[in-house]
Amino acid sequence: MTAAMSLAARRASAPHTSMFFRMLLRAAILRRGRVITALTAMIVAAGVATAMLTLYVDVQAKLRKEFRSYGANVVIVAKDGQSLPNDALSQVQTALGGRGMAVPFAYVIAQTSSGRPIVVAGTDFAKVRQLDRWWSVSAWPSASGEALVGSRAAAAISPDGQPIDLIFQGRTIHLSPAGILHTGAADDSRIYISLADFAAWTHIAPSTIEIAAAGTPDEINAAIQTLSTALLSADVHPLRQITEGEADVLGKTRSTLYVASALIVLTAALCVLATLIGWVFDRRADFAIMKALGASERTIAAFFAAEAGILGATGAILGFAVGVIVAIWIGRANFHAPVTPRLNIFPAIFLGSILVALLAAIVPLSLLRRVQPAMILMGE
Amino acid sequence: MFARLVYESFRRQTRRKLLAAVAITLGVGVATAMLAVATGIGDKISHELRSYGANILVTPQDDTLDIQIGGVDLKPPSDGAYLNEADLPKIKGMFWRNNIVGFAPMLPVNVAADTHAATLVGTYFAKSLTYGTEHFVTGVRNTDPWWKVEGAWPGDDSNDVLLGERLATELNTRPGGHIDIKGYAHTVSGIVSTGGAEDSQIIAPLHLAQQILGKPGAVRRLYVSAVTKPEDAFARRDPRSLNPADYDRWYCSPYAASIAFQLQEAIPHSHAEQIRQVAQNEGAVLSRIQGLMLLITLAALLASALAVSAAMAAAILERRVEVGLMKALGARRASVAALFFTESALLAIIGGLAGFVAGAFLARRIGESIFASQISIEPVLLPIILGIAVLVTFAGSAIAIRRAVNLDPAATLRGEA
Repeated sequence: MTAAMSLAARRASAPHTSMFFRMLLRAAILRRGRVITALTAMIVAAGVATAMLTLYVDVQAKLRKEFRSYGANVVIVAKDGQSLPNDALSQVQTALGGRGMAVPFAYVIAQTSSGRPIVVAGTDFAKVRQLDRWWSVSAWPSASGEALVGSRAAAAISPDGQPIDLIFQGRTIHLSPAGILHTGAADDSRIYISLADFAAWTHIAPSTIEIAAAGTPDEINAAIQTLSTALLSADVHPLRQITEGEADVLGKTRSTLYVASALIVLTAALCVLATLIGWVFDRRADFAIMKALGASERTIAAFFAAEAGILGATGAILGFAVGVIVAIWIGRANFHAPVTPRLNIFPAIFLGSILVALLAAIVPLSLLRRVQPAMILMGE
Repeated sequence: MFARLVYESFRRQTRRKLLAAVAITLGVGVATAMLAVATGIGDKISHELRSYGANILVTPQDDTLDIQIGGVDLKPPSDGAYLNEADLPKIKGMFWRNNIVGFAPMLPVNVAADTHAATLVGTYFAKSLTYGTEHFVTGVRNTDPWWKVEGAWPGDDSNDVLLGERLATELNTRPGGHIDIKGYAHTVSGIVSTGGAEDSQIIAPLHLAQQILGKPGAVRRLYVSAVTKPEDAFARRDPRSLNPADYDRWYCSPYAASIAFQLQEAIPHSHAEQIRQVAQNEGAVLSRIQGLMLLITLAALLASALAVSAAMAAAILERRVEVGLMKALGARRASVAALFFTESALLAIIGGLAGFVAGAFLARRIGESIFASQISIEPVLLPIILGIAVLVTFAGSAIAIRRAVNLDPAATLRGEA
């Protein structure tokens, strides 16, 4: 008795499920061309959406890096013309934790041998070279006793590149100009020497540290807070000219990108919707036959929905891969750095694709439901 | 007969034709808007980049070396040369005058404010000037938009001053208070915060600084903020070494270097130079953003091409029975294809026109909402965009049309294909 019951139950359920999958499979194989068209639309749409979302998330970080070529965005200056404590630079580097660059500067006003005042700065040339990338330098000093001379200073005191003697508090330093510096700002009137030479000559430690802090405005503000508490004898402040300019341009670019992404994703979604609706509509004969053979509306709806869902899921997975490749290519072509794939946008793409596909299946079905199967089968 | 077929097809299938046209309109609209934004964004962003402040510095030609540390001028006022304030409006007579966003003269003077030794800098805040018949307003409010003032900006003709944030704390002065400079009491109209050297300075109208210095019309430096084109290899060439044709091209390109060159011509005895920190990086940032928008426009074109093709393919495949009937009545494959292509072209032109208008409107809205200025699209682009629309529509229809004309009429009419 129980055996017969279970057999009946198996008969009732088993053929149904296997038939269901069989129909799904046969539909895909028999209408290869149509399936491929719909799937292509799905892949392109999901791919474009993925690429746009990835870029939208990543582009800020990329542009921020680009903006760091404007140089320092935070400056630490010792209060009341004093020098910074000796461990200031190492404290700053700890606070930054490798996310940024700090360059020390020391300044004095020295006299040339003819008694003319000139600003002499001591700094770390290797770091300045990375921080102030707009400096146009004919040759960087490499040895001790070599100086980087600003273009106006050079024209005034060493027009032919002859050695320079500078006097500070009775002590003289002999410098040989290694290269000419050109910035178009006050630096052009200065002479830059290495920090070691500077300290040996003037016995003065750096008074200024220029910092290019990486990250979002919040992260930079946090770094400023940490630095202010660590260095009580100094004044830590952001260079508003740099930070606000960056925020402005970044904000506008982001908004443009946002609108562009929204438009493109919308177009892609509508395109998929149109293609899939056409595809389902085309199969009204299948629908009519199933109905004529006695399938319930729920079964038919489940069948079409499953088909659409599988299509959406496959399209989303393949499209995500395509989109990540496109985003990486755009990153390489424009920013010369690859864009990191964002796995956290995958759920949105996946669910969005399935949703659009389901919507595309439901709209034509609700239209077809009102029609008699006989009418469809007669070709009317 | 052919024209009638096309006409009847549009008349009888208005709904379907409308759907296809809507798809084309949407695709072309998005593509047009993105093209307009991509071509216009360089201009908009370079205006935004002006918020980094002046990119050209004008100094007297035979000036002595600057003695400047941390933005603080330590040069004795007796030292060095000055520019003449009366020459400044001539900037608006230059070839690239419309690219000059603003300029601000600076004249630092060392003064004793109350009991503190401080630097007073004379400048323009928002000064009205006239050159010929043209009136314009310029000053630090244009060139240095990051300055924040608590209280009010002083008038350029008043004797009021702005106090730097740090100096105000030291002097314990509030906006509306008074400060004693060289024996005269001046109203502090506001407290300025810039994050730079100005925070410990007094900022005053230019005439006040000139009066304190005893040199009417004197200007130490002039900061100019100009919209420029990113520097390329041609921009870096020395104008003196160019042949006349190249020289004209160089002179008439808005490079920072050529604008500086013209400033030098406009202001006698001056030396103008680009401030490399601002001018050089502007080009780098600008080209990145432009490149990005260009690539995104490509993505938009791809998405809209796809949308259009999909709509066309669906519209044609629905008409299999019609094709079967035409072929059964003896129509050649070429004439069936010609009918579909004509219909596609008509749809593309109608949808393309509507899309162009919609896209132009969309671009304008994007410009207004993001950049607070309009992005307009060149009417020259219309034929190009229509051409692209027709091409994409043809490409989208081609596969569907090929399939339709290859169908066996008997099978189609029996509903088996």
